[in-house]
Amino acid sequence: MADKMSVEAIADAMFNIVKEYAGKKRYKSTDLTKEILATYGDKVDKADCKAAIRTLMDSGRCVYGYAGGSFIALPGIEGAAK
Amino acid sequence: MATGKKIDTPLLDQLEKGPWPSFVKELKGMAVRKPMIQDLLGQLEMSYREKRGHWKHGGLVGVMGYGGGVIGRYSDSADKFPACAHFHTVRVNQPSGWFYTSKALRELCDIWDAHGSGMTNMHGSTGDCVFLGTTSEELEPIFKELTDKGWDLGGSGSDVRTPSCCNGPARCEYACYDTMDMCYNITMAYQDELHRPAFAYKWKFKFSGCPNDCVASIARSDLSVIGTWRDDIRIDQNAVKAYADSGMDIRADVIRKCPTACMGFDGKAIKIDNKQCNHCMHCINVMPKALRPGKDTGATILIGAKAPIIEGALLASVLVPFMKLDKEDDYQEFKDLIAKIWEFWDEHGVSRERIGECIQRVGLGNFIEEIGVEPIPEMVMHPRTNPYIFYEEYFEEGDAEGAEEA
Repeated sequence: MADKMSVEAIADAMFNIVKEYAGKKRYKSTDLTKEILATYGDKVDKADCKAAIRTLMDSGRCVYGYAGGSFIALPGIEGAAK
Repeated sequence: MATGKKIDTPLLDQLEKGPWPSFVKELKGMAVRKPMIQDLLGQLEMSYREKRGHWKHGGLVGVMGYGGGVIGRYSDSADKFPACAHFHTVRVNQPSGWFYTSKALRELCDIWDAHGSGMTNMHGSTGDCVFLGTTSEELEPIFKELTDKGWDLGGSGSDVRTPSCCNGPARCEYACYDTMDMCYNITMAYQDELHRPAFAYKWKFKFSGCPNDCVASIARSDLSVIGTWRDDIRIDQNAVKAYADSGMDIRADVIRKCPTACMGFDGKAIKIDNKQCNHCMHCINVMPKALRPGKDTGATILIGAKAPIIEGALLASVLVPFMKLDKEDDYQEFKDLIAKIWEFWDEHGVSRERIGECIQRVGLGNFIEEIGVEPIPEMVMHPRTNPYIFYEEYFEEGDAEGAEEA
C-alpha cells in the first residue's frame, strides 16, 4: 500500500487547487475531495480529505462562500459585498 | 453611517392600517434608536415603489471556521441607505422543541440588541432562531458572545440544516419516541456536517413524534422521522361510552371518517381492524381519552421531501416503514442508514440537487438497492398505493421489460 499523505499535505494540495482556479471555478468540498482522490489514489481517503478541509478553514487560508450552493474560496472581498 | 433623517414611507404606512399586527409599526418603533432599521424602512419603501428588491445575497461572509449560520445580505443602494449597507442574517441553533426560559430569551435579545438590528424572526422555516440584520464586523463578536453562553450557530448553505422536532413527549401524549432527545443527539452527532458544508446541496432532518407530523417533516425535510406504532390502537371502551353519552356522534364524526373504513361502532364499543389501519390519527385526535397509539412504538423513516426551489416540490416517500429508535444504542441503526445515504449522495449527487431530486433521477428502486436496504411492500409514496419497488422475480425470461400485466 502506498504511503499515506498527511492531512497537512492534503490541505496544501487542496489550497493549491483553490488558488489555481480562483475566479475561474468554484470548488465545493465534494469536488475538492474527488479531485484529490483521483490525483493521489490510495495515498488519501475521504476522512483525511474532510480533516484537511477543516484544517484549511480553521487556519483561515480558505473560507466558505455561498452562491446558490456552498463553495471553498480564498479569503477576500467578493462580488456581493462590492 | 446612518442617513440620520426620517424617510417618508407612504406605501409602508398603508400596512399600519387595519386591526391586525403590523411589522411596519414595530419597525418604526425600533427605528427611533436603530439607524439600521430607519434605513431598512427607506429601502423597503423604495422597493415597494419600484416593485423590485434591492438586496444582494450570498458571498464569503461568515465566522472563522464555519461555513454555515450566516447568510450574507448587502444593499445595492448603500449610497442612499448606508446604515443597512450590510444586513446579514444570523441563524442560531434553537433548543429542541423550541423550549426557552425567559432568561435565555433575554440573553439572546441582549446580544442581538448590542450587535445587530434587534429584529428577530422566531423562528425561521428551518427552525432556527433568526437574527435579521448586522454588519460583517459584528459577526465574530456575536459568535463569541453566543458561544460563551452555550449557544451555537445553525446551518445554512450546502450543509446539514439545523435539525428540528416537535416537542414530543414533553407536552404530547401521542409521541411515539423522544423527539427532543433524538433531535439533540443528531444535532450533536453531525456538528461537522452542520457547520462545514460538504454536500451537493442542503440536507434537512425533521423529527415528528406521531403521524400528525406537527413539524410537517413529510413535506419539509430531506430525511423525515415520523413516530408510529406497529401493534394495536389502545381502546378504553369506558371512555368511548362516555363520549357517546356526552352526545358525540361517533358514527358520523369518527367511524365514517376513517379513510380505510377499518372501524366499527355498535352503540357501545369501538372495534378496529388494526391490519387495515393506516395510522391517519383522525380517530385518536377526535377521541383522545378513548383511543391511543399502541405500545410497540418507533418511527417511519421517509426520504426526499423539498419545497420548490430548483425543481418542483416533493413529498417524502417511505424508506423504512418501521424502525425502533433505540436511545440506549445511541440511535445507531438510524446513523448507519444516514451514512449509507450520504455515501450514495456524495457519489451521485450533482451540484444544487437535493437527495429527493437525485433519487428521482436514478430511481427509488436503484437508490435502495445501492444503499443496501431490502425492498418490502410497505415502501410507498402515499398510503394505499402500490409499492415503488419493481419485483423482478415476478417476471419470467422473455417477458417484455416493464410490461403491464393483464
